[in-house]
Amino acid sequence: MSQIHVTTKINGESREFLCEADESLLHVLRDRLGLTGAKEGCGTGDCGACSVTVDGRLVCSCLMLGAEAEGREIATIEGMAEGEQLHPLQRKFIEMAALQCGICTPGILVAAKSLLERNPDPSEEEARYWLAGNLCRCTGYDKIIRAVLDAAREMREAS
Amino acid sequence: MALDTEQDVKPLEFKVVGTRVNRPDGVDKVTGRARFGADMSAPGMLIGRVLRSPHPHARIVSIDTSAAEALDGVHAVVTRADFPDIELDDALADIRDNCMAGEKALYDGHAVAAVAASSAAVARQALKLITVAYEPLPHVTDVDAAMKPDAPALHPGRTNESVPEGMSPNVMARYEFGHGDIKAGLAAADRVLERTYRTEATHQGYIEPNACLAQMGPDGRADLWCCTQGQYMVRDTCAAILGIKQGQLRVTASEIGGGFGGKTTVFLEPVALALARKAGRPVKMVMSRSEVLRATGPIASTSIDVRLGMTKDGRITAGFAELRYQGGAWPGSPVEFGAMSAFAPYDLENVKTIGWDVVTNRPKAAAYRAPGAPMAAFAVESAIDEAARLLGLDPLEMRLKNAAREGTRASYGVTYPAIGLEATLRTARDHPHWSAPLGANQGRGVACGFWFNFGGNTSVSISIASDGTVNVTEGNPDICGSRASISLMAAEELGIPYDRVRTVIADTASLGLNDVTDGSRVTFAVGLATIEAARAAKREMCRRVARLWEIDEEAVVWKDGAVHPAGPNAGDNEPMSLAEIAAIAPNTGGPISGHHEVNAEGAGVSFATHMVDVEVDPETGATKILRYTVFQDAGKAVHPSYVEGQLQGGATQGIGWALNEEYIYGEDGVLQNPGFLDYRIPVASDLPMIEPVILEIPNPGHPYGVRGVGETSIVPPLAAIANAVSAAAGVRMTELPMSPPKLLMAMQHG
Repeated sequence: MSQIHVTTKINGESREFLCEADESLLHVLRDRLGLTGAKEGCGTGDCGACSVTVDGRLVCSCLMLGAEAEGREIATIEGMAEGEQLHPLQRKFIEMAALQCGICTPGILVAAKSLLERNPDPSEEEARYWLAGNLCRCTGYDKIIRAVLDAAREMREAS
Repeated sequence: MALDTEQDVKPLEFKVVGTRVNRPDGVDKVTGRARFGADMSAPGMLIGRVLRSPHPHARIVSIDTSAAEALDGVHAVVTRADFPDIELDDALADIRDNCMAGEKALYDGHAVAAVAASSAAVARQALKLITVAYEPLPHVTDVDAAMKPDAPALHPGRTNESVPEGMSPNVMARYEFGHGDIKAGLAAADRVLERTYRTEATHQGYIEPNACLAQMGPDGRADLWCCTQGQYMVRDTCAAILGIKQGQLRVTASEIGGGFGGKTTVFLEPVALALARKAGRPVKMVMSRSEVLRATGPIASTSIDVRLGMTKDGRITAGFAELRYQGGAWPGSPVEFGAMSAFAPYDLENVKTIGWDVVTNRPKAAAYRAPGAPMAAFAVESAIDEAARLLGLDPLEMRLKNAAREGTRASYGVTYPAIGLEATLRTARDHPHWSAPLGANQGRGVACGFWFNFGGNTSVSISIASDGTVNVTEGNPDICGSRASISLMAAEELGIPYDRVRTVIADTASLGLNDVTDGSRVTFAVGLATIEAARAAKREMCRRVARLWEIDEEAVVWKDGAVHPAGPNAGDNEPMSLAEIAAIAPNTGGPISGHHEVNAEGAGVSFATHMVDVEVDPETGATKILRYTVFQDAGKAVHPSYVEGQLQGGATQGIGWALNEEYIYGEDGVLQNPGFLDYRIPVASDLPMIEPVILEIPNPGHPYGVRGVGETSIVPPLAAIANAVSAAAGVRMTELPMSPPKLLMAMQHG
């Protein structure tokens, strides 16, 4: 069982790691690199709690192998704030009470950021469909959708 | 009366309670820093995994672990033989038997052995090397089938004395509530309705799988980190099962990724401790989603008969319900709560409920938000709605005519103090939602719901630092913002800004006993204890300042965060603020703190009315929720945003229960849908915005009028949605979930 050596970039920083051939990117992030912001809610790509972006594309990190990260650029929740400066989505989630237990929050924030990068002015329906792959059991999504739309508005006004 | 009461009581004036502050754990949770159950590691840590029964019912003939133990990287294997043979009361013995099977495996997914290994891969491999010889037994998973006298018996001879002879051995207990004369009430009715309703088991569906990290030495001292709704419950349960002392096991609750009642018991924790003890190394265990669905507690599936008598003008003359709940493989389904709450919203002369607690070959039921009440409300509120429609009555006016109010003797025995049911009904009637037009294939439903709410054992400590900042130490895991609410109440009472208070959750060695975060008790009971602890600290500060000013304690008062001289003989001392008093504490007698311990009573009961519009698709049987409004009495909304979140979240779980979620068992007794793809909880694109309307009828049992709010919101939706779907589809739906195939069948065949 020889391990695979992988060189990648995570949140803008070069990283190297060894992993098993069958090890998911999520397990590498959590168990080898100490990036526990991405959560495992299902391990089957149904809940979105492990969402990250790979070369700008939104993926469930539980469905991707760690070895596939070779030469890619990964962005996780840990890289979303810039130093002390929270991303507008992060700030709105706190201000508008868009989280309750908070376990789905990292995945939803990563997914919402990915939405706003593609569509800075989503309709409520577009936001709901984009986030349909991210399960939240606490909120009923109402405050999440409002926070995403409000962050989008603020980001448009600021740009 | 409820509205009169509202006007009679002078409302308290608040400075910070009722404001929408940022929660203290917000930044940690939006940056990924918050540490949940699976996020903790320890030096030398092993990974633990569980071997589970593939049979719904089987005698365990033998377990051979030798090959697994010999595998490189395996440090411990445990089976039931590794748990001490201790005499436990029935409830604890059942929890132990659920965590690790004894003589029989009682459901698909029941734990039979566990390993601790150097990696998850080695642990998985080791499980395959364990040989279990099973002798399969006949099984039963349906509640009505399990009640047949010749059904396969799970625990022959365990039936409680309340059960009449001759019934199935799977009937564990019988409950009865009510008053009056049902026969006479039915005779006085213009219309009698009789229906049978069924609901399927649903899972709490918390997104964070159960997880823990245990370490334990041969000296019996142990530490456990886990996601739980109650660290003291985990401590006491594990200590009893493992035969160690409560004070030697320290349990720390991690951040918790949802519980909804499902994390009010233990599954992995005693196993992880047993593995850690045997291996001499820390052991981390995390369930897969499939394990969560197969082996942690869903709520009961039910079968309920209702008989209802009503006059032409809508007065309910008699209400009768017989409720059958299966709670999985051990006694303790929430049928008692179902039987108590079924008719709780109504003022009835003749009412009776009978509950039957039934065991089946399914996972042991755990609490789920207002456990037992949503199914009972589904049955009763569906029957009331149908009777009202048959008599051509307005469903809201009809409910108002029968509504419980202050002084009503509830069907479960208590007499209500000031309650908010009528206020929710009137507000619903006057809301624009009620009169909005509906289109083709659309229907509107309403339903009421009730929950008891709870107080319980609570211990809180407040300490004041020398710079005037304040720590509240409490012992209840914060699932959805309670640290913010507790900080708000401490700030209010001490007269200081919210941002000078930080509330933390203690481990079991740092504070006295606190009951589990359940029963909507935390904002009520922990809030009450926090207010009392703050008052104790204020009394101490008053004493210190009086001594400093060399006047009587009675000659000072606490006002706006400072000690003031009171009365003409108190001198003209300048008021001293909390921060000023704190700064000189070492010179006035040492650290300043306050604490309060109580087994809190006075939790105010809570009521809600829900209103929902749906559209059904006659070609597919799919139901779309178009509009949803929740009207609920919160007593006092300490943090209105998080109260709204409770109303919205409960309604959404109810939507899932009503339309999609269900445990599906085949003839083989194996759960067919143990994953989020097939056990489908609501997603963002299924839902509209959910409008929360908070009413505040103060609870006389709390200094600020707080009632619990977390659970009532899941009680009305099942019936409200069934009533809406039935109106839209033109056919009465009496079984949940109303999934597309079932609704299509009903629409096509009437």
